[in-house]
Amino acid sequence: MSQSTFTRRGLLRSSAALGAAGVAPSFFVRDAWAQDFTNNPGNGSSVTLGFNVPQSGAYADEGADELRAYTLAVKHLNGEGDGGMLNTMKPLSLKGNGVLGKEVKFVTGDTQTKSDAARASAKRMIEKDGAIMITGGSSSGVAIAVQSLCQEAGVIFMAGLTHSNDTTGKDKRKYGFRHFFNTEMTGASLGPVLESNFGKDRNAYHLTADYTWGWSQEGSIKKYTEALGWNTTAAVRTPLGAGDFSQYITPVLNSGADVLVLNHYGKDMVNSLTQAVQFGLRDKNVGGKDFQIVVPLFSRLMAQGAGENIKGIFGSTNWNWSLTDEGSAAFVKSFGAEYGFPPSQAAHTTYCQAILYANACEMAGTFNPCEVITALEGFKFDGMGNGATEYRASDHQCFKDVLVVRGNENPSSQFDLLEVVQEVPRSQVEYDPSLLGGELGNCA
Amino acid sequence: MDAILLQILNGLDKGGAYALIALGLTLVFGTLGVVNFAHGALFMLGAFCAVTFQKILTISVKVKDESVTFFDAYKEVPYLEIWWGDTGLAIIDWAVPLSIFMAIPVMLLIGLLMERGLIQYFYKRTHAEQILVTFGLAIVLQEIVKSFFGANPIPTPAPDIVAGSAAVGSWLGLSDNIVYPYWRLIYLAFSLLVIFAVFAFLQFTTFGMVVRAGMSDRETVGLLGINIERRFTIVFGIATVVAGLAGVMYTPILPPDYHIGMDFLVLSFVVVVVGGMGSLPGAVSAGFLLGILQSFASMNEVKSIFPGIDQIIIYLVAVVVLLVRPRGLMGRKGVMED
Repeated sequence: MSQSTFTRRGLLRSSAALGAAGVAPSFFVRDAWAQDFTNNPGNGSSVTLGFNVPQSGAYADEGADELRAYTLAVKHLNGEGDGGMLNTMKPLSLKGNGVLGKEVKFVTGDTQTKSDAARASAKRMIEKDGAIMITGGSSSGVAIAVQSLCQEAGVIFMAGLTHSNDTTGKDKRKYGFRHFFNTEMTGASLGPVLESNFGKDRNAYHLTADYTWGWSQEGSIKKYTEALGWNTTAAVRTPLGAGDFSQYITPVLNSGADVLVLNHYGKDMVNSLTQAVQFGLRDKNVGGKDFQIVVPLFSRLMAQGAGENIKGIFGSTNWNWSLTDEGSAAFVKSFGAEYGFPPSQAAHTTYCQAILYANACEMAGTFNPCEVITALEGFKFDGMGNGATEYRASDHQCFKDVLVVRGNENPSSQFDLLEVVQEVPRSQVEYDPSLLGGELGNCA
Repeated sequence: MDAILLQILNGLDKGGAYALIALGLTLVFGTLGVVNFAHGALFMLGAFCAVTFQKILTISVKVKDESVTFFDAYKEVPYLEIWWGDTGLAIIDWAVPLSIFMAIPVMLLIGLLMERGLIQYFYKRTHAEQILVTFGLAIVLQEIVKSFFGANPIPTPAPDIVAGSAAVGSWLGLSDNIVYPYWRLIYLAFSLLVIFAVFAFLQFTTFGMVVRAGMSDRETVGLLGINIERRFTIVFGIATVVAGLAGVMYTPILPPDYHIGMDFLVLSFVVVVVGGMGSLPGAVSAGFLLGILQSFASMNEVKSIFPGIDQIIIYLVAVVVLLVRPRGLMGRKGVMED
């Protein structure tokens, strides 16, 4: 028969020891209680960011520029180079010694501008490479797909070049943030400029890329031009990557329309604009009015492909290297010295995103995404090239000035393709967050 | 009526491009028995002959923009303009048509090298192996071009004199609203000319007669002491030149990028299959037929009844034709049936 050694004194001793052991790590090991977020760098000396950009496919040149900007941002974060916009951003919590004292490293993925490939590369960077944040991309379809993946993985996604309303509208996510502007802001900024240049009595014919961004762009331009008094003659959806748009352009000739709105981006924009000009639309006169073509979203990199055809065409852009404010000048100087040419709007927005994320980590004092999200929500800053800017808490959309541009009639250099017509103030492009719907969800 | 006429023109123009590419494809298949998935890449290389020629003509003095200090921004003044003034500018303006003279020998050389260096080793292999190796070659060629010229389209405009639109309606005594770009009309005429030249070459020359005999019965022609292999190599070169010329002349319509060949490849294969594998008249007829059908399917009136029909019409027609005539419109018995 066994004899029990259990005593009241022993129970008290054991309880005290267990209690001390349980509490000790909270006091002596920094951040130990925060191990439960994805890819916590813990006590490591470095932190890894995941740059998910198109390295192949139609947007490879934009992706290459995004990667250049990220590489420069990492350099500046680690205290190398001239510091770029770290010298102009206000308020700034970064100290030029990495993020929270950890050296910033990065891994890259190729989105191929395909949603499935982009999700696969983001997943790989999160699961195998330990990326604590994913950023980049050059398509709204890709951004929405990767944003959703990051929400599930509990990793912050700082979107790259994505212009569809849906990214911070019906498909917005708690873990997703967009610095780039959207189609609603394009409509609000471009509408008044179109009115002052072309008048109120116009008939617009839309050719629209048949995917999320195209629909979003068409909707916004229709909304703002119809409010001016314009009539929408027709809105025709064209397949993505159609190549030859002749069968969609010829109906415009006899439609009675006097404005063609090309809701196309990238190669589609280059092709449809080139072919519209070949069909003589710019030389056409309808009811005593000169026919006009509008390209709501311009990209300097892509505009090069359209050559002379882009001259005089109105559109909007997130940022242009010719801006002379302190932040833009610092970034252009830094990027130009590093690579020998000016940055694109894709490079600008991705550079800003990397810096803003790092700064939010410093503000929060942790890499815990929920706290970083809190730091980013409602964050107001300046000195990054678009005037006073705010990351709106309710939808994670950045609100800042928008540029209305026109193809330069007399460029002074190979980079001088867009002329800034107007810097539309932020107040003119702000809208109620409920307008675009969606739910952010929670931080798990 | 205006809309119908314009869509017929669109269809003929599109069909001209399909027919030119399909002609080379079916020629290679009919003579060598090779399914060449690199044929689209040859179209792309032709287009980049025009780009290269334009770049050579526009080699420039760089005049620095002094207002930009952070990097080298400059305006380019071509040497031809400095040396010969307006004559130099006129030569640059005609870069695309002039590049044909560069494209013919370059494409012929590429074709001969490709056939001797790679394709000949796959004559006796299965079609699946031919497809794999030629598709791989197409990707390699694409990536080489991308590494030199980037991924973005490169503008290659038509000469100024033919940059606008022709008043086709007025010419025909119809509505003034019927206008059509000069260059597309030129492309259509060019396609018909090249197709006619290829047919005439095969029909009316001794070389063509031997090739046609070889297409029908390779062994017997060989037994007559004729080196049919060498002639087939030349045929491959001709097919390459035809694809290249189609690419050169298409550049003002579609600013070329490294992927332009792939965009045409699948459609051209459908054209060849609908026309009948190995049938030259079949490929040409099917090219124009499918081009016109595709244009009509894109009309708003048609799309309002059958949404999305413009995306599937070509494949739908291919299914129907193959169900009714399994060898295609003009296919011969025994081709690809072993």
